[in-house]
Amino acid sequence: MATTQDNNAAAGSGFVYLPLIVGWLVPGAGHFLLRKWGRGAFLAASILGMFVMGIAMQGKLYGGAHDILEILGLAGDLGNGLLYFVSRALGLGADPVQVTTADYGTRFIVVAGLLNVIAAVDAHNLRTGRKS
Amino acid sequence: MFHPSHFAAVVLFALFASVVFGITQRETPRRMVYYGIYCFVLFTASAVVLSWLMFLIAR
Repeated sequence: MATTQDNNAAAGSGFVYLPLIVGWLVPGAGHFLLRKWGRGAFLAASILGMFVMGIAMQGKLYGGAHDILEILGLAGDLGNGLLYFVSRALGLGADPVQVTTADYGTRFIVVAGLLNVIAAVDAHNLRTGRKS
Repeated sequence: MFHPSHFAAVVLFALFASVVFGITQRETPRRMVYYGIYCFVLFTASAVVLSWLMFLIAR
């Protein structure tokens, strides 16, 4: 378990937004950077699990912003960081939703992105010493 | 491909979201676990209650 001294040391010097950016790009990596191995592993497993299941359910990856709902979906998807860009590059994710579970899959992918943003902000709070 | 039932999808969603909520919203490991369980129960129970409500309204 981290001590107050560790937290103060973590909040000491360097670029304070690094855990936020790294945590956004790779789920859990912001916590790994701060040596919070257990928390990072659970966060990575949860966010990756949710994203992978969303893809496995043939969920849709939003690619354009034609109307307000698509913009919101795209914003959620972008929260996945590199996972989103790599998946788009590999052509993963069904475009039109064809089965019932695909609609769940689409929500899983969007929520995985939103959870990743929460995790990245948590890493930033740990880095600044706002949270222990 | 993965085609879970409605309930399995709810449980999986609740599980993943609760883990992230527990870790990010509380500071000590014990409180993280309690809050994660609390969120999981709330997610699952509210989905079941709302499902029954919609079923009864549809009848």
